[in-house]
Amino acid sequence: MVSKSEKYTEKKARRSLTEEKRHSIAGYLFISPFFILFAIFGLFPMLFSFYLAFFKWNGLGEMTYNGINNFTIIFNDPIFWKSIYNTVVIGLLGTVPQLIVAFLLAYALNSQVLRFKNTFRVAIFMPYVTSIVAVAILFSIIFNNQSFGLVNSFLGVFGVEPIVFTQSEWGAKIAIAAMIFWRWVGYNTIIFLAGMQSISNDLYEAAKIDGATLSQQLRYITLPMLKPFVLFTVFMGTIGSLQIFTEPLIFFNGNLRDEGITVVAYLYRDAFENNFFGTASATAIVLFAIIMVFSVLNLLITNRLGRGKARKA
Amino acid sequence: MKAATVNQPKKQPGRFILYGLLIFAGLVSLFPFYWMFVMATQPNHVINQTPPALLPGPELVTNFTNVLGQIDFFGAMMNSLLVSVAVTAGSLFLCSLAGFAFAKLKFKGRDVLFVLILITMMIPPQLGLIPTYYIISQLGWLSDLKAIIVPGLINAFGIFWMRQYIKEAVPDELIEAARIDGCSIFRVYWNIVTPAILPAFATLGIIVFMNVWNDFLWPLVVLQDQSSHTLQVALRALNDSYSRDYGMILSGTFWATVPLIIVFLLFNKAFISSLTQGAVKS
Repeated sequence: MVSKSEKYTEKKARRSLTEEKRHSIAGYLFISPFFILFAIFGLFPMLFSFYLAFFKWNGLGEMTYNGINNFTIIFNDPIFWKSIYNTVVIGLLGTVPQLIVAFLLAYALNSQVLRFKNTFRVAIFMPYVTSIVAVAILFSIIFNNQSFGLVNSFLGVFGVEPIVFTQSEWGAKIAIAAMIFWRWVGYNTIIFLAGMQSISNDLYEAAKIDGATLSQQLRYITLPMLKPFVLFTVFMGTIGSLQIFTEPLIFFNGNLRDEGITVVAYLYRDAFENNFFGTASATAIVLFAIIMVFSVLNLLITNRLGRGKARKA
Repeated sequence: MKAATVNQPKKQPGRFILYGLLIFAGLVSLFPFYWMFVMATQPNHVINQTPPALLPGPELVTNFTNVLGQIDFFGAMMNSLLVSVAVTAGSLFLCSLAGFAFAKLKFKGRDVLFVLILITMMIPPQLGLIPTYYIISQLGWLSDLKAIIVPGLINAFGIFWMRQYIKEAVPDELIEAARIDGCSIFRVYWNIVTPAILPAFATLGIIVFMNVWNDFLWPLVVLQDQSSHTLQVALRALNDSYSRDYGMILSGTFWATVPLIIVFLLFNKAFISSLTQGAVKS
């Protein structure tokens, strides 16, 4: 004969078991949309890209095995190397000055005496809300080849001959870098500002008492404390630069010239204008490898930084 | 007295530099918007003058009428709106649901699966571009907004963001109490979790909406018929048009930019903190 209390604990045990099971069922159910969608539109395409990189395919006919020829083809294509060179140069031109200016602007916005702070913030951030396509169209016309273009007429005041930006090695890169600079500088300003605002005022007070000058405060307090923010913006800038596409496509009006073609634009043209899906996939793999190297590098640096901090603490 | 006179000249130049720098930066940020408006109101013969016009002209309506002759501007805007709203609503639902599971439910392999999701964030979208295009064409979704909406629902960052928020915002006791009262797990999500995470919905909503609204490469690849174009793809078509009518091109660009700018100005604090907070916290 089973006692009443035994029955109760048995019942309770069964109920807690089903509670666990219910958690499992609901848990898997709730996360399954991501994994199903990712399997179809993320994982499978990714693996298929690795497969396709070794085949010759125009998107319609038969796929024929091509060995490592696709890689040989792109590595022997001077335009491929040009596209990598352009991507790096445009990325540096668009990001390095941008981050420096963003830092200065954040430092100014963080000033205690500043009034109309929000007005300045909104004005500086506004370009980021504009779409890249709109920015690219607008700046293509600002950097117009003709003498009436805004930049050319400005340069004309100083007696500079009109620059044919789309056909100039540096002109094209500067124009594209200007688009990146203008759209992102406000965004990074706000990131740096958030970093600066997270630094406790006590640190500055203590430094002032010790007689530290403004530049010493900047060097020994602001910059070291901002390191994670700087790393973040540099990382995002690097990854973003490697993926530049819209700006050159719009700037050259579809006719991607060697002066400003980027890796992703090279890939796009290969795949969707020439129907060389095999070599385009090979380019995608190379791009993926480059991005992975930078991502891992960033992870290592960030971790090291984190460990360094922990040890100090 | 003496201290004041010593202090004064020291402070003034600093303040002058401070405001000078910020006013200059503000002008550089805003001038292109103004100039875009000026060009959108000028006839081509004025645009082709040196020095360029810096004041608005009379062709505001004409230029925009020309835009309507080139592209289906309002159709494209509707497409953009439809796609952005659908992806935003769908992502908010799926991300919060998955975030809730990762934050509060106990199941085998939970932490491993979560790390897997984080890893997917590192994959550049260009890697699978060509096969995804092939899948979409096999599904018969070329020039169909589904091609943007369905893959757009994959959002690893959103799940991560929601998990962190739900973990802190919803106490375990509340969930347990509701379970004992007989709420199903989905009801717990619906009645207890969602009302507690409205700020996270706003933040993630702004991020997703902006990203979808401004997306270009993928829509360019799959939305081939003009009737399916989103605003960004339509603007590109306008820019490629034969005539090189800058007044018309910038008119289309200007009016495509205005709606989001207005929303931004109305909710500037929420926009700025959402778009940057998401970055800073992760």
